[in-house]
Amino acid sequence: MFFLTHIWIIPLLPAFGAAAMFFFGRKLSKPAVSAICVGTTVLAFAMAVGAVLQYVPWEHANNGAPFEKVMYTWLGSGTGHLTYLTHNGTPAEFKADAGFLLDPLSAIWLLFVTGVGMLIHIYSVGYMAHEGGYYRFFGYMNLFMFSMLTLILGNNYPMLFVGWEGVGLCSYLLIGFFFHRPSASAAANKAFIVNRIGDAGFLMGMFTIVWYFGSFQFTTVTHLARSGQFAVGDPVITMAALLLFVGACGKSAQLPLYVWLPDAMEGPTPVSALIHAATMVTAGVYMVCRSNALFVLAPEAMKVVAIVGALTAIFAASIGLVQNDIKRVLAYSTISQLGYMFLALGVGAFAAGVFHVFTHAFFKALLFLGAGSVIHAMSGEQDMRNMGDLAKRIPITHWTMFFATLAIAGIPGFAGFFSKDEILWQSWAKDSSAYHVLWIMGWVTAAMTALYMFRLMYLTFHGRPRMEHEVEHHIHESPRSMTVPLIILAFFSIFAGYLGLPHSLGGSDRFGEFLKPVFAPEAQVLAQQAPAQLAAGEAQAEHTSGTEYTLMFLSVAVAFGGWGLAWKFYRHADRGYVEPIAAVAPPAYQLLLNKYYVDEGYDYLFTGRRKLGPVRLGAMGLGEATSDFDKYVIDGAVNGAGWSTRALGTLSRLWDTYIIDGVLVNGPAVVSKVVSYPVRLLQWGLVQWYALVMVAGLLGFVAYYAWR
Amino acid sequence: MVPITTLHYLVVAAALFVLGTIGVLTRRNVVIILMSIELILNAVNLNLVAFSRLYGLHGQVFAVFVITDAAAEAAVGLGILIAFFRNKETVNMDEVDLLKW
Repeated sequence: MFFLTHIWIIPLLPAFGAAAMFFFGRKLSKPAVSAICVGTTVLAFAMAVGAVLQYVPWEHANNGAPFEKVMYTWLGSGTGHLTYLTHNGTPAEFKADAGFLLDPLSAIWLLFVTGVGMLIHIYSVGYMAHEGGYYRFFGYMNLFMFSMLTLILGNNYPMLFVGWEGVGLCSYLLIGFFFHRPSASAAANKAFIVNRIGDAGFLMGMFTIVWYFGSFQFTTVTHLARSGQFAVGDPVITMAALLLFVGACGKSAQLPLYVWLPDAMEGPTPVSALIHAATMVTAGVYMVCRSNALFVLAPEAMKVVAIVGALTAIFAASIGLVQNDIKRVLAYSTISQLGYMFLALGVGAFAAGVFHVFTHAFFKALLFLGAGSVIHAMSGEQDMRNMGDLAKRIPITHWTMFFATLAIAGIPGFAGFFSKDEILWQSWAKDSSAYHVLWIMGWVTAAMTALYMFRLMYLTFHGRPRMEHEVEHHIHESPRSMTVPLIILAFFSIFAGYLGLPHSLGGSDRFGEFLKPVFAPEAQVLAQQAPAQLAAGEAQAEHTSGTEYTLMFLSVAVAFGGWGLAWKFYRHADRGYVEPIAAVAPPAYQLLLNKYYVDEGYDYLFTGRRKLGPVRLGAMGLGEATSDFDKYVIDGAVNGAGWSTRALGTLSRLWDTYIIDGVLVNGPAVVSKVVSYPVRLLQWGLVQWYALVMVAGLLGFVAYYAWR
Repeated sequence: MVPITTLHYLVVAAALFVLGTIGVLTRRNVVIILMSIELILNAVNLNLVAFSRLYGLHGQVFAVFVITDAAAEAAVGLGILIAFFRNKETVNMDEVDLLKW
């Protein structure tokens, strides 16, 4: 039980590595940096394997219960001071623990995050050997591992959110790793800002949940949601689910927030492999799966998830058909595959979605690492138009990437085939025939996937060499630290699918069985929904295993069809080859090459970097509007206040001068002056005259009294 | 020989008083005016002394006071006069009009 009870050590290992890089990284030599940072991930992987191995028997002994380990109360004091009222007026405590949760869902994420993360760390030792900022790179990578492990091991929404923001931060830091390149720092900003939009939704969803359920804790919320107190289609739960999905759209690059992911390819290739293909971008899927009990209660939200997923899948795949940058093709491929995953979640096939996350982590990480190996060999060249004929020169890279391509294209027997086929089957098998449209979209996407992936393979590894002579001279296979991870990932790309071999192919779907404790009650709710929809008059298609085989055959057919098309068009690609789409329909080619002009549209509508006629909309438009508001209204008010004060002052001065001083002060003075003037004349200053008047007066008095 | 009565004294005193008053009012020289004021005071003294024959010695005592007062007054008045002369170089009363408003 050591690994299980000490599960908290797993995220702290890479945190230690990141802290060491932060404080001492500059002073450490490259081998020391590699030893610390790769060492922490290897240890984390070992502990993760140990924890999962101990969890499985523990789960059996506890009837499929999740394992929870609460370290301490993180938010809220536990003394009841932070209480609030939930929607029905009952007080609840605002509280989140620093707690860890291990159940089959987080166990799967834990295994592939630490496993793939470890391989990519090893790969980076070779790939980053000649780059500056070596310790910085590994510090960020370890910080990312810490955040991602916090995200998947946290037992409540705030913990998940902390990890969520942490991986967002690391994504930003690593996309902008070559920060002296303006395009890289712009891409980093774009990723960060677009993710913030999603995070706003996530936060609102999270607080809706805590208001409605009175708890942040996954187990509590899930338990309440499954308790039957809440009706299917509850509007608040639907809103919460949709808000959470907005967050997932940001992090997992779904329409309409996917725009940051292609630009994120500015980061070093191992970053693209780890963060933007295998792990971080699946956080949205993880979060939706974690909230599956809510989504099941919100069928409308589920429909939105399914539609957004299917649209994203076909949309991104079509862009991927014509991109020339090897990493951009893979970026659009990632978006498209994430669309598949959300399609699976939306149709209620949570286990199938998780299965695809799992297999995708291996083959997409492998594709990116292979692409990194190609770029390494090509002295930094990323444009496939300047590659070709590399198969013999870098055989290990070629063969491992070839297996990954087989896996993603859905060639039977490889990992992607099983997971993708499961998703397509589940979306067809959904009771309403409207879902057949989603199946068709997924099916077309499968064809496109095969086409663009084999296009990538043929343009890169076959055809005529189209690179500069200088570059051609330098082509070399990557060092062992890079090829060994490729080989290991190739092994998983081939065989990981057999973990979830479906019943129809004679397997036992062990992957689905493992996840059953997490998703099983959903299956019941979804099954209960079905008769209700039948009652509403919706037709239910009869599904037999015959249908399943037919669909399987169709998707295999388009996979081989896509391969065949790529083989036909790109096998002999030479300098100046013409894209078949450009030859057939130039406008369509331009549209796809320019990614449907979505970035430009966003520039018009949201960022305001471009003017729509004379008007500027979006953020910069808002900025201009507020600037004008400031300039004219606020400053106008300020100046108006100043002007009116001055006018009032003038008025007051005039009042003071003429009314107060003139009338009230000088007035009496003037009056007394005028009145006193005749009196003043009596005082003429000649003393003898005064004396004469005195004598005259005296004589007058005497005379008066004498003759009275 | 007509005996000299109090009335005679009073007439003389009245005559002196009138003379002094006229002198104060008409003369321009301040020195003369001061002398005229002495006349007036002495007229009063004469009255006091004359009445002391009838009513006891109080009048004579008062006369001594008045003489003292006159001396003091003459001293102050002449002092003012000298100060004034230093400023105005005149002792003419009609040129002294500094006390008007």
